[in-house]
Amino acid sequence: MAILSKEEAQAILKKVLSYAKADACEVSLNGSDGGNIRYARNAVSTAGQIDVMSLGVSATFGKKTGTATINEFDDASLQKVVKRAEELAMLAPENPEYMPPLGPQTFAESLTFNAKTAAMSPDTRADMVAKSLSVSKAADLEAAGFLENTTRFNSIMNSKGLFAYNKSTNVSFSVTMRNKQGTGSGYVDQDFNNLDKMDTLALSKIAASKANGSAGAKAIEPGKYTVILEPLAASDMLGNMFRGFDARSADEGRSFMSKKGGGTRLGEQLFSENVNIYSDPLNPEVPGSTWNGDGLPVTKTQWVQNGVVKNLSYSRYWASQKNVQPLPFSRSLVMEGGTQSLEDLIKSTEKGILVTRFWYIRMVDPQTLLLTGLTRDGTFYIENGEIKFPIKNFRFNESPVIMLNNVEALGKPVRTGSGLIPPMKIRDFTFSSLSDAI
Amino acid sequence: MTGMGAGASMLQSLPVFGKIISVEEALTPVDIALKKKMADVALNAAKSGGASYADVRIGRYLNQVIATREKRVDNISNAESYGMGIRVLANGSWGFAATNNLDNDSIAKAAKIAVAIAKGNAKLMSEPVQLAPQKGFGEVSWKTPIEINAFEVPIADKVDLLLNVNNEAIKGGAKYINSNLFMVNEQKYFASTDGSYIDQDIHRIWPTFTLTKIDAAAGKFETRNALSAPMGMGFEYLKPLESEKIKGGPVTLYKKRYDILEDVREAAVHVDEKLKAKPIAPGKYDLVLDPSHLFLTIHESVGHPTELDRVLGYEANYAGTSFLTLDKWESKKFNFGSKEVNIVADKLEAGSLGSVGYDDEGVKCGKWDIIKDGILVNYQTIRDQAHILGLKESQGCCYADSWDSIQFQRMPNVSLSPGKVPLSAAEMVKNVEKGIYMFGRNSYSIDQQRYNFQFSAQLAYEIKEGKIVGMFKDAAYQANTQEFWNACVQRCDKTDYRLGGTFSDGKGQPGQASAVSHGSPTTRFNGINVINTGRKIS
Repeated sequence: MAILSKEEAQAILKKVLSYAKADACEVSLNGSDGGNIRYARNAVSTAGQIDVMSLGVSATFGKKTGTATINEFDDASLQKVVKRAEELAMLAPENPEYMPPLGPQTFAESLTFNAKTAAMSPDTRADMVAKSLSVSKAADLEAAGFLENTTRFNSIMNSKGLFAYNKSTNVSFSVTMRNKQGTGSGYVDQDFNNLDKMDTLALSKIAASKANGSAGAKAIEPGKYTVILEPLAASDMLGNMFRGFDARSADEGRSFMSKKGGGTRLGEQLFSENVNIYSDPLNPEVPGSTWNGDGLPVTKTQWVQNGVVKNLSYSRYWASQKNVQPLPFSRSLVMEGGTQSLEDLIKSTEKGILVTRFWYIRMVDPQTLLLTGLTRDGTFYIENGEIKFPIKNFRFNESPVIMLNNVEALGKPVRTGSGLIPPMKIRDFTFSSLSDAI
Repeated sequence: MTGMGAGASMLQSLPVFGKIISVEEALTPVDIALKKKMADVALNAAKSGGASYADVRIGRYLNQVIATREKRVDNISNAESYGMGIRVLANGSWGFAATNNLDNDSIAKAAKIAVAIAKGNAKLMSEPVQLAPQKGFGEVSWKTPIEINAFEVPIADKVDLLLNVNNEAIKGGAKYINSNLFMVNEQKYFASTDGSYIDQDIHRIWPTFTLTKIDAAAGKFETRNALSAPMGMGFEYLKPLESEKIKGGPVTLYKKRYDILEDVREAAVHVDEKLKAKPIAPGKYDLVLDPSHLFLTIHESVGHPTELDRVLGYEANYAGTSFLTLDKWESKKFNFGSKEVNIVADKLEAGSLGSVGYDDEGVKCGKWDIIKDGILVNYQTIRDQAHILGLKESQGCCYADSWDSIQFQRMPNVSLSPGKVPLSAAEMVKNVEKGIYMFGRNSYSIDQQRYNFQFSAQLAYEIKEGKIVGMFKDAAYQANTQEFWNACVQRCDKTDYRLGGTFSDGKGQPGQASAVSHGSPTTRFNGINVINTGRKIS
């Protein structure tokens, strides 16, 4: 029920618009269907299955907009939701930033849907979890994990004739393996659109190997170190930075992208020359929707080229204020790297620290994007190109902007967290204290 | 992460799920006889499908949000989410399904799916679920004791209040001001095969703002957030009362009544001070922590590590485990903190976010010691884990954030008791040689076993030889939980005790939010490591 085809969604949206009397009307119809299994202490703890669908209507008279949503789809309910949005619009104050709806647009066909992922059953999930548990039990480790699959559809239509539809699938898996003594812990976290790419057995073996390898960690002094960040750790840092690629907050003077004396840092060399970041919804490794919530086409966009900030995202309103084209941000981020593997990066390191992942990252100072957080689930000391021993976890205080000015080498990008991200070798990364946590 | 929800962003300004409804609809609860009938359909279907136990939660969750910015309203939304979640125990394993179609067939079908999931997963269990016994209460009800239902206050009045806040900010020289008012009403009906039919009406409110000033020439900006607390109260929280204010220090402080206009006027002055504040010299300082700040340190370093499910490993893959392992509790002499440290779990405290009559698995709520005179004496737990502590009944800590979420262990209010000796914050400050007086929550981070943490504040005043001499910037303290609480040397008395709290404590997979309060008096910690977080990026 919850996953409508393009034609089914279009038919409902058209019907809704036919009831509208407002000057302008925008309607969205979204649904998701999926299930999950959660396990801990080598046994299932919870499992569930949920499907939901909802319709949202934004009606506007002049510059007064009201929004209403509903999850019933008979004709009377559809009429009711339109009427309610129109009533709310009449009562609403004028929105000086109101932008009239866009007319019809052309969108590329997205690559986000995979039929096999959409067909996943509770049994498929149970089998995938059983594989993970077979690894932990064989290695005498305790596993806690989470497997979830979701199919979604998103669609919008407005009174100017714009219609957009997208269907997507996602399967995500993460597992933490710990030894019985509580002295070692390993973790993996992976998601794909395509079920065929997800191998819970192989991933669980990596977590098991990290759990055993991290046992008996030694304390070394906090300070500045060369670090090799696995793609997951790198992605944890970058995710916090990408949110700052917004022109408005930069223009308003309250972002790390704000320029001293006013304006933005667009066009400035903010990072090392080897930093190149773009987004592309048609990248087959990290496919994304080819339109955004405003109905704007989302296309390949270069954000950072050779360390220079090439673009900031502009909402339609802010673009109109600044006389530029609106530019939506995309989640299909790609940070370019090289061809080196993680092992190659380790081999080329005289002294350094390998970080599996970070945890509990929070903003300390939005002006410098200073973040704090901790290493977790496998931190290792490297000497003369080899992993020598596991080390105790550190707290860091570091800015991803400073980090991307200290890039020594980048490896081959892989899909993780915030996009397609390479493992990175970074010099002078600041660890400020030790943690006893395992 | 990719390809998700682009179309949904049209509605992303709405902070909540569900459908928008009129105020009149929000104020009309679902007929209790109908809820009982629907619950019985679910319970009977579960039992006939082979469940040994079942519970059902029929939830109607109402959220109203008003968001404003400078001279305009950004968003007014009035949303409802209504549906039923059914949890069953079959073949020793849990199963769960939820539906928002509340006809008898859909309810029975969801109950059957829950049973099928439980049976399917039973093969992956190492031992069957053990549920602590719970007697049925029959038909009972509970309500948050509110004076003014915030949903009954006209929206225009609430908008006016926030726009007045913004005007005061702009008059005070603010470049930007965002002010918001969040209101929640959970109308929850719980029924179980134990024979309980529990109807509850729960209210929460949270007014807040962020005031920003820019020093464009220097390329700097500073903000100050409201020093309000989210409360388990009605709109009366926003009716100021002089008797509920604490004045005389550098900041006006609020107990169970909040004066948002006064707070924003003070905030405008504070931001000027922040822009001119001197960078802190790193080192050891004595910290005097106001409850508006200390609540979050209590939440992270005491609340989370004493959650029994974390101790046992149920949260290992997300939030983490805990350094407070069972052997430390069993020893009865684990020195969590100094003798000053008395921490109480409390699901009853009036005005708190965690206060309810019964939890989300039908257990009557109560109050118990967690840390007694510095010693770890107890945890927080629910029905399927109570036996691990040798308890004969649950402590009533089960919660789900929606009808379609699975209930699990969530933190009760966890609070630091006030000192017994009369002492005001002003008197406490007089005895500090080299210290920092901190107010309001800011950056916070703690490791997955809750040893190492770092916190900063909205306002950090320098104390020198018993006097407040100015403001510091870039101050954050780092500590180990046990060392920090053992450095706790003095608490103010009960006249200084206040609640802080959060609307959105995150836990679980899929993630769920829960609202919880933490009370404390102003409290002193000696010799804590403080770092300077200032950096340059170009």
